[in-house]
Amino acid sequence: MKFNGKDIISIKDFTKNEINYILDYAEDMIPYAKGDKFKNILKGKVLSSLFFEPSTRTRLSFESSMNRLGGRVIGFSDPSGTSQKKGESLSDTIRMADSYSDAIVVRHPHEGAARLAAEFSDVPVLNAGDGAGRHPTQCLLDLFTIREEKKKIKNKKIVLLGDLKYGRTVHSLAYALALYGAKLTLVSPTSLKMPNEVVGECKDLGIEPISTSNLEKAIRDADVLYVTRIQKERFPDAEEYNRVVGSYKVNNELLKSAKEDLIIMHPLPRVTEIDPEVDKTHHALYFKQAFNGLPVRMALLSLVIGGRI
Amino acid sequence: MKKELKIPLIKNGTVIDHITAGNAVKVLHILGIPISTSSVISVAINVKSKFGKKDIVKVENREIDPQEVDKIALIAPKATINIIRNYNVAKKHKVELPNEIIGIVCCSNPTCVSNANEPVKSRFNVIEKDPPKIKCYYCEREPEDIADRII
Ligand SMILES: Nc1ncnc2c1ncn2[C@@H]1O[C@H](COP(=O)(O)OP(=O)(O)OP(=O)(O)O)[C@@H](O)[C@H]1O
Ligand SMILES: [Mg+2]
Ligand SMILES: [Zn+2]
Repeated sequence: MKFNGKDIISIKDFTKNEINYILDYAEDMIPYAKGDKFKNILKGKVLSSLFFEPSTRTRLSFESSMNRLGGRVIGFSDPSGTSQKKGESLSDTIRMADSYSDAIVVRHPHEGAARLAAEFSDVPVLNAGDGAGRHPTQCLLDLFTIREEKKKIKNKKIVLLGDLKYGRTVHSLAYALALYGAKLTLVSPTSLKMPNEVVGECKDLGIEPISTSNLEKAIRDADVLYVTRIQKERFPDAEEYNRVVGSYKVNNELLKSAKEDLIIMHPLPRVTEIDPEVDKTHHALYFKQAFNGLPVRMALLSLVIGGRI
Repeated sequence: MKKELKIPLIKNGTVIDHITAGNAVKVLHILGIPISTSSVISVAINVKSKFGKKDIVKVENREIDPQEVDKIALIAPKATINIIRNYNVAKKHKVELPNEIIGIVCCSNPTCVSNANEPVKSRFNVIEKDPPKIKCYYCEREPEDIADRII
């Protein structure tokens, strides 16, 4: 399979075979991600890390990935110190980064920004989130995490909980899980339901997601509980927000009815949707999930820039 | 047939027939007519036909290239292009949406990068032809009010 020079813009650009290939390679990366093994396969290579919007995990793990493989990183984590402030277009910034580096990681507030960046760049572009749009590396690390923990994704019962309407990363995840034949249950307040077009995509892939507002019942036989953040801005008043957030809180009481091997995932940052008491249980997998961003991003950088461990 | 004809016959030119009722002016806009032509143009709006109401546009002394016109299928998917020579229909072409629509419709998503200050034209993939359904190449939104989004 040839990934050299390929852009990573949307999970939908990849076949299941290609995704499997990436995830298998990411597995090989684990000892290198942990620092137990070293190999400078990206020595002499430079990554542009262009974050027009704040990020902790995605940026740090991309930059760490490049460093772990012996490469170097240039870029910014806050556009206020750049010509962007003087009104420079994204396309011009990308042209520059293209001539200064071997790959570009970009996060930008506009949907489609990474697709546009790829048009103006010869070196591969990796989408680190475009507005409310796509976030393919998050999707890949989510798939990777489920596969690592559950051995396979097919037929696993996966509950997606929270803001399923505006959280677009959960849209690509639903699509990808359907591609793998997972059984999906969607739990959200009625005002934040999964859009019909996403449910339609799942159905096209042969998966009929079950929608419910009853979390307790939904998690009883679940293998994975994927929690997303419910944003305050989405609600007309604080009272309504508090009511909804209260009814979807994941805590030890709720987990009493869960299966022994249920894993709980969250793209982080979390606010109040998962009680910190859950962190100490063996269900909590969100920190390991965040670590998994490293082997997955190392695998991607290695594949698109070239050079194999 | 004569009863239907509300506007005079033309000797040579192009008749765009079966335009979705009410959209004739937008069709002219997409084609850049009349800005780009000095031809006489007649427009009939809400003409009765066997399939309900329709609009018709007649352009004298200009043969419009059917390929150039296919993009009007966005707002007039049933339109036909009739090339008139010496009062007769010499060629008839049913418009068909191309697979990609570039620079004609603006994306309905205000935060789409194609609406930002970047040197690119709007770009849509056509996912259904009739009725037209299009998806933004950049942000993947599917605008519903296509007719109102013509640039
Ligand atoms: N010389 C002409 N001048 C102006 N309009 C004309 C002329 N000849 C034909 N038309 C118009 O062009 C359109 C197509 O003509 P045609 O004779 O093919 O009609 P038709 O058989 O009803 O075709 P269709 O099945 O496409 O409706 C009609 O709207 C007709 O009125
Ligand atoms: Mg007719
Ligand atoms: Zn768009």
